[in-house]
Amino acid sequence: MRPLAFPFFSLSFFGVFLGTGLLFGESSKAPLTFNRDIRPILSDACFSCHGPDAQKVKGGLRLDQREAALQPAKSGKTALVPNHPESSEIMRRLLTSDPDEQMPPPESHKVLTADQKSLLQRWIAEGAVYQGHWAYTPPVRPKVPAGVGAVDALILQPLKARGLRPSPEADRRILARRLYWDLIGVPPSPEMVSRFESDREPGAYERLVDRLMASPQYGERMAIGWLDLVRFADTIGYHSDVPRNIWPYRDYVIRAFNANFPFDRFTVEQLAGDLLPHPTQDQLVASGFNRLLLTTEEGGAQEKDYESRYLTDRVRAVGTVWLGQTLGCAQCHDHKFDPIRARDFYSMGAFFADVKEGIIAAREPGMLVPDEIQGKALKQLTDEAGRAGSAFEAPHPEFDAAFEKWQRENLSALESEALWIARVPESVRALNGTQWTVREDRSILASGPKPDTETVVLVLAGLAEGIKGLRLEVLPDKSLPSKGPGRSGNGNFVLTEVLARVVKEGKEVRRLPFATAWANHEQSTLVEQNPYRLWSAASVIDGDVKGVFAGWAILPNAGQAAELRLGFRDGVALEVGESLEIELQQNHGHGAHTLGCFRLSTSTDSRGLKPMLWPLLPKEIAEKLQVPAAKRTPAQQTALRDKFKLEAPEFAALRKQKADAEKAVADFEKSLPRTLITQRTDKPRTVRILPRGNWMIETGEVIEPALPGYLKTAGRTEGGRRLNRLDLAQWVVSPENPLTARVVVNRFWKQFFGIGLSKVLDDFGAQGEPPRNPELLDWLAVEFRESGWDVKHLVRTLVLSQAYRQVSTASREEVARDPENRDLGRQNRWRIDAELVRDTALSFSGLLVTQIGGPSARPYQPDGYWENLNFPQRAYQASAGSDQYRRGVYTWWQRSFMHPSMLAFDAATREECAAERNRSNIPQQALVLLNDPSYVEAARMFALRILTEGGGDDRSRLIWAWRRALARDPSREELATLGQLLQTQQTSFAKDPAAATRYAGFGGAAIPAGIDAARLAAWTDIARTVLNLHETITRS
Amino acid sequence: MNELSFQRLFLDQQRTRRVFLGRASQGLGLFALSSLLRPQSLQAAGLGGTPKLAGSVIPRHFQPRAKRVIWLSMAGGPSHLETFDPKPKLAEMHGKPMPDSFTKGKQIAQLQGQKLVCYGPQHPFKRFGKAGVELCELFKHIGSVSDEICWVRSMTTEAINHDPAHMFMNTGSQIAGRPSMGSWTVYGLGSEAENLPGFVVLTSLGRGGQNQPIAARQWAAGLLPSRFQGVHLRGKGDPVMYLSEPPGVTRQAQQQVVQTVNKLNAQHDAVVDDPEISTRIAQYEMAFQMQSSVPELMNAASEPATIQELYGCKPGDGSFASNCLLARRLAERGVRFIQLYHKDWDHHDSVKQGVAYKAEEVDRACMALITDLKQRDMLKDTVIVWAGEFGRTPMSQGGSGRDHHNAGFTLWMCGGGIRPGIIYGGTDELGYAAVDRPVDVHDIHATVLRQLGIEHTRLSLKFQGLDVRLTGIAGKVIDSII
Repeated sequence: MRPLAFPFFSLSFFGVFLGTGLLFGESSKAPLTFNRDIRPILSDACFSCHGPDAQKVKGGLRLDQREAALQPAKSGKTALVPNHPESSEIMRRLLTSDPDEQMPPPESHKVLTADQKSLLQRWIAEGAVYQGHWAYTPPVRPKVPAGVGAVDALILQPLKARGLRPSPEADRRILARRLYWDLIGVPPSPEMVSRFESDREPGAYERLVDRLMASPQYGERMAIGWLDLVRFADTIGYHSDVPRNIWPYRDYVIRAFNANFPFDRFTVEQLAGDLLPHPTQDQLVASGFNRLLLTTEEGGAQEKDYESRYLTDRVRAVGTVWLGQTLGCAQCHDHKFDPIRARDFYSMGAFFADVKEGIIAAREPGMLVPDEIQGKALKQLTDEAGRAGSAFEAPHPEFDAAFEKWQRENLSALESEALWIARVPESVRALNGTQWTVREDRSILASGPKPDTETVVLVLAGLAEGIKGLRLEVLPDKSLPSKGPGRSGNGNFVLTEVLARVVKEGKEVRRLPFATAWANHEQSTLVEQNPYRLWSAASVIDGDVKGVFAGWAILPNAGQAAELRLGFRDGVALEVGESLEIELQQNHGHGAHTLGCFRLSTSTDSRGLKPMLWPLLPKEIAEKLQVPAAKRTPAQQTALRDKFKLEAPEFAALRKQKADAEKAVADFEKSLPRTLITQRTDKPRTVRILPRGNWMIETGEVIEPALPGYLKTAGRTEGGRRLNRLDLAQWVVSPENPLTARVVVNRFWKQFFGIGLSKVLDDFGAQGEPPRNPELLDWLAVEFRESGWDVKHLVRTLVLSQAYRQVSTASREEVARDPENRDLGRQNRWRIDAELVRDTALSFSGLLVTQIGGPSARPYQPDGYWENLNFPQRAYQASAGSDQYRRGVYTWWQRSFMHPSMLAFDAATREECAAERNRSNIPQQALVLLNDPSYVEAARMFALRILTEGGGDDRSRLIWAWRRALARDPSREELATLGQLLQTQQTSFAKDPAAATRYAGFGGAAIPAGIDAARLAAWTDIARTVLNLHETITRS
Repeated sequence: MNELSFQRLFLDQQRTRRVFLGRASQGLGLFALSSLLRPQSLQAAGLGGTPKLAGSVIPRHFQPRAKRVIWLSMAGGPSHLETFDPKPKLAEMHGKPMPDSFTKGKQIAQLQGQKLVCYGPQHPFKRFGKAGVELCELFKHIGSVSDEICWVRSMTTEAINHDPAHMFMNTGSQIAGRPSMGSWTVYGLGSEAENLPGFVVLTSLGRGGQNQPIAARQWAAGLLPSRFQGVHLRGKGDPVMYLSEPPGVTRQAQQQVVQTVNKLNAQHDAVVDDPEISTRIAQYEMAFQMQSSVPELMNAASEPATIQELYGCKPGDGSFASNCLLARRLAERGVRFIQLYHKDWDHHDSVKQGVAYKAEEVDRACMALITDLKQRDMLKDTVIVWAGEFGRTPMSQGGSGRDHHNAGFTLWMCGGGIRPGIIYGGTDELGYAAVDRPVDVHDIHATVLRQLGIEHTRLSLKFQGLDVRLTGIAGKVIDSII
């Protein structure tokens, strides 16, 4: 702040700034840097109307490009006249008090400080020199001593220039706690701290760092930030927020950090693992990155709407995760502050148009992800199924004869079947009033009165010689109850008896007895009163000797056709003038068990009376069979043979072998994890520029994938080939891209120092913050890239620096000089992340499970917390056994209702890509640490350890507990405070043993017998107190 | 944004150092601690309680007309055609094809591409109050106070599916992660509640079975620090998550633990001098106080029988009516933003029966809330807003229902300086699109903030280089309703 340098300014403003003038005059001599000093002012105050958004430029003036700014604007005046602030229109407009002329205009609510105005004035006086935007200029390694020392050298230079000194190295206890939390996410035990404290050999610090970075817990710790960044969660996010299979992706991330995958490989595998040649299972799992976005299963959702949401979500992801660019701002218009055009936005989105996915309600199980052992087992089973399949598929000439026989029999059956002729009766008579309609297909449908019993008499005339049998098809019809074929409410009927006689002139000449009866289906249920215990075909020709509880019926096949075939004992030969009369008796009653629709046929062929084969071959197979063998095509022959194999008893064993092997594969697969992966479609969705981002407007230009115009270097257009995600991924981590390495190292810096070198982690555009120490950022970026994107090397470089090892305490004066510690004259302190709060408490309790990876776990959660979820409603089932005590990183991430304890400690909901979390200090955190069952149980188990491992008397137990949590001895005062609590709680729990028992018996973890409940309860409160301390959850 | 940079921004904005929850000054932290250690003495002195939450808009941009907001969210999308927007022409057209001129080229959720048939209002309307506003006669209680209400019959919104539409209504953006309007309000104005959060959410279910899911993001602080997030007071279990002591631990024993934690934290602060510690101490005090203040708040059974009758509820039954009564109690206790969700308005079918159920559930309670606030002289500084996330189509869906609809629907407001007894705007003769002075969601936000004394364009937060606002880049105060 340099108010004195600015002569125009009114005195009233001075008062505000004089008191804060520590940096007073400090940089007034130093040369101005456009990117550091000027661009942020222009961007914030001016670019919105005088910047890159070509559609919105006002007054014909652009201030983001020097050539344009030096030209006269629409008004004819020139904004910038280098070296002449007094002739520059911009200064006149900044300084005028006329509201019509004033810039920025009053309605923008942008007010420049006197200091900012003076800077602009000086800048013009010095020639109004522009610089390319810092982040778009490739990073160049500054000259400094090589190795770890580089970081410190680059910090010391500016620190000293500002008259500040670095802080001393923190003591070993603090360093151990800092390294443990930062590198593996759990605090050290007192023994580990002493081991480190007593290691006085050179390199002790480096050895600890190496040991921690080699621990599998390192990957779990490092994954947290990445999972926020890519918005990894267990549920789809929108509306019903149902689960999706994706946790193997999380394990990939953990594995990648532990195995130290180079960051370029890590990038390519996630964006385009599926496009790599012969991708491995791991690479496909990594490609699940493209599926992590929010999706919907809402029934009423619009496909186009969500297609556009998914596209924009993915573009924002690339912008946040790798480029540090707010690409999302260019969805509706060219970017206001950065040279990102709407076209760049959509051409970035077009890279993802090939991701195969359903847009709405398209739940996919995902790819199987067996581990090594499961993979072997699966392969064995699959091989087995393959062998069984081949055995079945093989030619099997030994069954050729059977095949021939099968063909002959089927052919014969088909021929016989063709001899049935449906008859139109000469008359249909119902004794009890049912009305009958004969229809075109010769079926006969009942309507009208619905008597409880009925007898239908049909007269068939003009029959040929030699009728051998009768066929009654009962048929469904939509006019009948339950679609028939009977008239009973359930679609059933009972045909109690069928009689046949020859009549002449209305008089019976002779009876025609039946000898055989067959039906394709006979009802076998509700047979208690049926004398045959079956509603059989045979009972319709028994002369009704057994009464009305016998007959033919067809449940449960209501709504389907069925047929009854009756064979005459003697051939039927009619004289002239004689007819055949058929009587269908339906005497069952019980709610109109009468026929609803049927058709009557006769046949002169006895083969069809009791068909050898049933059901007959379906039409398409029958047609092939009826082609003479010599004329069949190979395809027809194969189809026949396949059909034969499916039903021939000769193939039964082979069929079973194949089916069993296939079932074994399917059953085993059901037990395996699955995960969503990216698969490409050959028909990418069409991507159009959506005017104002509106998905309803479908007239915008069609866009192909392309790298951002403002960052792309020459030679990247691939001679007409459509670019794909692999091209994008490779460009993201190419040396031509100035952003990725800087963005990534800046984020890691924040992880280890609490604040980024550029404070705004996700915006390296004009509205972000130019790095406070650009040389350091660039050195790290180049070092990172040139090391082969070696993440462990980068982390090691950071934590081995002297800057990292400084104390985090500072005098009030030091704090006042650099309140945000931007010059890194000390370390920072902060409350640890939500996951680490959990891990820390569980580690004291001894409950923490060390297993790496696996399905997400569900810690205890208040009942009814999910009551506002629906479609479907669901209850939360807390994990049982050791799954209850897994690290925070494995917590079930329900996007719309994230676990309340995680939420209280600012875990990200992972609905959007997030480079940074809040770090709040709110009452809910107190409630969680005091009362959440997970923490109460952890305290109880911690108390148990204090009692069993803490020594022989209360004093040593208190000290043990304190040391376990804080790795230091309590002060006399602290010990006294704790002791007092112990005494109070012991007294009160002793008075109320029932309450003590309830408290001590809380949670799922077991308590050994013989522990006094009141004592355990009192010590649980000691443990709870220690868990609740600010210091316990503060990394310093 | 981390807490530290937020703080700086905050201090920059207010130019004076003020004490607020989450960052109490040294003096206050010790004060809070002492109040915990000697609660009686403080009570005797008429002090006590945890620090109030100060806002960032100091001084207010305008003379405020209202102190607080009660927002009644009718989740699922109420049909304006069976509630507050009479359409006799639609009744005439019942069963006839929807004229092309209304719908051509429009996106309509599930009816897209289907034959569109007019569906007349399913319940009769009649005139209410001195102003003679025509409302569906199912809502006779609301009708009885219609002269207090401003009817906005020309609402529009950008989204057409539930989840994004709720986000848009609550945060002014369809992208997840933006602060909700309650968070913005508390961020701007702080809260006067002692031992209660500044932004409270209550939810209730309807009996029709169309209870849309509501995500916690609808009341999240998003980009703002978590202390501005809405706290969902639940009907079952602990009203605030983890409020109760562990089983077997008495209030007294809990107090011993909390006091010891605070004392030890204070002892440590003397060594490391970390301002976060005094904040932590204040938060423990607040948490402990909430263990009594929240149950006291929730105990609506202490209300006189006449009041329970007025609302028509049995306190503790989790109904919308009970929540309305709680809303009044929250308002009395200084809570700044109170949001009630009542679900089950998604009438894709059986809209006739569905709306009748809803009327039974909300009609009397809304009237009671207005009446009760008025008799306590609190209506004048409480803005009540009744709104769904969108409306429903004048066309039939499946013969008995209506589809989602964002081109025109009704919202009502009252109290807090909103002009009573007027109708603002209107839809076309079939109730399809807002044609007379259309109102956007951002306009409602801008208007409510205006009543609270805030210029909506000046309530902003830097995020990814943008000045993020509740009203996005839009929003006009509706001058003629204030």
